[in-house]
Amino acid sequence: MTVTAARPRIAVVVFPGTWSERDFAHVAAEVLGWEHRLVWHLEDDLGPCDAVVLPGGFAHGDHLRTGAVARFSPVMRAVEAFAAEGGAVIGSCNGFQVLTEAGLLPGALMRNDHLEFRCDWQWLRVEHPAAAPAWLGDLADGELISLPISHGEGRYVADPATLDALEAGGRVVLRYADAAGAVTPDANPNGSERGIAGIVNERGNVLGLMPHPERASEAEVGGTDGLRLFASLERWLQQRPAAAERRL
Amino acid sequence: MSLRGGIADPEGQTIGSALRSLGYASVSDVRSGKLIRFAFEADDHAAAEASVDEMCRRLLANPVMEVASWELRAAEQAGDSPVLPS
Repeated sequence: MTVTAARPRIAVVVFPGTWSERDFAHVAAEVLGWEHRLVWHLEDDLGPCDAVVLPGGFAHGDHLRTGAVARFSPVMRAVEAFAAEGGAVIGSCNGFQVLTEAGLLPGALMRNDHLEFRCDWQWLRVEHPAAAPAWLGDLADGELISLPISHGEGRYVADPATLDALEAGGRVVLRYADAAGAVTPDANPNGSERGIAGIVNERGNVLGLMPHPERASEAEVGGTDGLRLFASLERWLQQRPAAAERRL
Repeated sequence: MSLRGGIADPEGQTIGSALRSLGYASVSDVRSGKLIRFAFEADDHAAAEASVDEMCRRLLANPVMEVASWELRAAEQAGDSPVLPS
């Protein structure tokens, strides 16, 4: 097959209880003009796609622990295989929780330290964007972006050795910050260790973050910084057409 | 399932504050956890222990933040559930 898709195609995974899949689909179809497919969790084939989205929500009711049951859905075998091939995967909010439970990213997300659900706009400091080229390649080290957060269980925890390894590898790519870019306890909305809002896997293709880029992709809803992640993906895909073609 | 020692437990802290506000002034070190009870069949005690250990590792506890401990109770006779109230 020599045909290369002109437009990025994203697979958006839907578990029972997922609630942000339509926002991602809307941004893909209406804002970006991309192709997308909603993939029900019982499917074991993602279909032809250039990137996979695990959206926010409450997969399987978040029973037992957030993301704990979702990791056993058949679609996760396909997501794991896609990630193992180097495909771009993003998990936002509940999707981040699923990625940690599935072992695709280290650590865990726990109840916010103040025990409240937090829904707000949040400043984030971008760090080591080159470590996550598929999703942050268009952003600069130290740049501040603003994205919505909406979660009750976003407190990132991991043992000190894991945290140190993440830091040493430049894999902490988003941190909660104040408007001046300072990472302080007051700027931390959930008590996450070291202000961690987003991390990437060692290979750099799987990003997990608590904020919602899909909710900051149109000026009408208050901000467009989320589009920067999608623009990064599009550029990254253009730069590796051979890999994209292999998956057709 | 209980939280590992180094993991902050805001629910436990809140419960501790509530108990102290009720007058139990000496309450400290409150840790919250989760209890799951279920019935299942196994050939013998060792097989039952092995099964529960595997269940804890694969699903019931997240080793990043939790440790699991368990207690096995044999049913009086086959078909009885030691879980449901009689």
